[in-house]
Amino acid sequence: MLISNVLLRVKDLWVKVGDTLILKGINLTIGENEVHVLLGPNASGKSSLLMTIMGIPKFRVIRGEIIYRGIDITRLPPHKRAKMGIALAFQNPPKVDVRLSHLVDKLRSMYPHGKLMNNDLEIDYLLNRELYQGFSGGETKKVELYITMLQYPKLALLDEPDSGIDVESLTSIANFINKFIDHGTSMLIVTHLGNILNYLNKVDIAHVMINGKIVHTSRNPLNLFKLIYESGYSGLIKLVGVRDEKELN
Amino acid sequence: MKKSLTRKYDFGELKKESMDIESIPKGIRGRMKYVGIDLKRGSGSYVQIDHSSIYQTVSEYLKSLGVVVMSTIEAYEKFAWARDYFWKALRVDQDPYINLTRNYWRHGYFIYVPPKVKVIQPIQACFFVTLKGIAQPVHNIVIVDEDAELNLVTGCATMSNEGLHIGVSEFYVKKRAKLTFTMIHGWAPKFEVKPRTSVIVEDGGTYVSYYVNLYPVHDLDMYPTTYLYKSAKGYMTSVLLGRKNSFMDVGSKIEFLGEGSRGEIVSRSIIRDQAKIIMRGHLVGKAEKTRGHLECRSLLLSQQASVITIPQLESHVEGSELTHEAAIGRISEEQLYYLMAKGFTEEEAVSLIVRGFIEVGLTRLPPQVRIPLKSALRIIERLARG
Repeated sequence: MLISNVLLRVKDLWVKVGDTLILKGINLTIGENEVHVLLGPNASGKSSLLMTIMGIPKFRVIRGEIIYRGIDITRLPPHKRAKMGIALAFQNPPKVDVRLSHLVDKLRSMYPHGKLMNNDLEIDYLLNRELYQGFSGGETKKVELYITMLQYPKLALLDEPDSGIDVESLTSIANFINKFIDHGTSMLIVTHLGNILNYLNKVDIAHVMINGKIVHTSRNPLNLFKLIYESGYSGLIKLVGVRDEKELN
Repeated sequence: MKKSLTRKYDFGELKKESMDIESIPKGIRGRMKYVGIDLKRGSGSYVQIDHSSIYQTVSEYLKSLGVVVMSTIEAYEKFAWARDYFWKALRVDQDPYINLTRNYWRHGYFIYVPPKVKVIQPIQACFFVTLKGIAQPVHNIVIVDEDAELNLVTGCATMSNEGLHIGVSEFYVKKRAKLTFTMIHGWAPKFEVKPRTSVIVEDGGTYVSYYVNLYPVHDLDMYPTTYLYKSAKGYMTSVLLGRKNSFMDVGSKIEFLGEGSRGEIVSRSIIRDQAKIIMRGHLVGKAEKTRGHLECRSLLLSQQASVITIPQLESHVEGSELTHEAAIGRISEEQLYYLMAKGFTEEEAVSLIVRGFIEVGLTRLPPQVRIPLKSALRIIERLARG
């Protein structure tokens, strides 16, 4: 078992978007150099958790706290969290009127460590395009991952880096993530179908989130994923037992 | 209209005084730089302050090739052949401001580039207003002869808060010639500005224009029109920043008169405070195998800012392929949050988006004319955030 210092601690986190309660008492601890995956059905709150950790204002924390490297960041704006080493690869990044090369230059000067990184994602041909305008699904995933990693984060929040792409892209995306895993970057990776698990150098812990709660945590991610793959989330629920069945439906 | 304008503004007397660069006050030269004019650069210059054409120069080398830079009045008096280019691209009765300029003609630049001569290092022209409440009606003529090339960088600025500038321009791009024309405007909140431009591009010629407006202006209206003959090309870009109580009605028009001609109009406007902008664009297809595209986009940065976009396509023949796209938008929360998550403050995120939005068409321009435009775009980026 990995013994590490705590990097992120999420304590009893309750979050609303508008008037709707999205996260209902999340507890989560991520240590340095740890890779976590977050599984769960659609609309279970996985992306919302990542957005909340990043500090996107739309996700309103009504209770609980987020402690990062011993500092309470619950009320910090996203740009400050980014500067502290947290980065989020959005699941569906918006189209932005900024040329990719221009953004890359700005990020490079903001995060000088980023210069160390090679671009293995073969996205050079997209540099003169405006961000995500007319990009394919695979191109979007690659570019978003690249931009995120240009921040050279201590904690990378990756929201479905594996959805909607072909096997070839999946391999190069996984290889790219692996470089950071090997380098010791902590990660929280949301995956809906779990495709990427087989390609990553390591995954330490898997969580299952259903209806705004983490209902199960396992230190054997591949087995857990196999179980979900074979019998679905309902099968998992039966097997691991969930205290409040009503919450799950 | 004419009467009221002549009562409202002082049309002054026609003057010609010569100055060297050093005797032009530093304050004026500083403001010129904002609109892209650096008199120490360039291969030739024309400077006019108020009603006085004060500085005309052209490098010895270009002079030896027959390149001419002088006041239109001087050219009209000096060269009989030059007269053939007056009132050929524009008609005097087309517009009251044009008529006014004919009656109160206060210089303007005359530039001639002989056949096959390439003026790559730009010639610069600058109109400057220092006196309050004057009218500056100027008549410009540019002739780029067959197979020749000219990069022309122009800028207009003022130290006075109030006035009227009318710039009547007739440009002639002859067979297979190329004219690249940039214009940066830096007027003032009580200025009326009425450019009237017409460009004739003969067979195989190319006209590329790039217009930037930086500062608030009371009333700016312009509708430069380019006429493309056989296989000619025309690209017109404008980038407008509307601030405070500015009103601008700005458009471009291309008429495709010759077979195989091609053209594009691209406009961007950034509008904040209470500024109002009307953006027009008009493509007229009158010949076969022609292709034109029109693109107008606006970014509104305040609740009170407003924009009307009027794209027009007009086709008179078969085989003229004309398209347009227009969009008006605001910076979405989603875009801001996205960039903030990457580490940018809200302010930085806005300028990044503004910069991306206005950075168009530069790649079409020769590198020699890009420098002043790039610094103008940086000014817009800074001013747009408020």
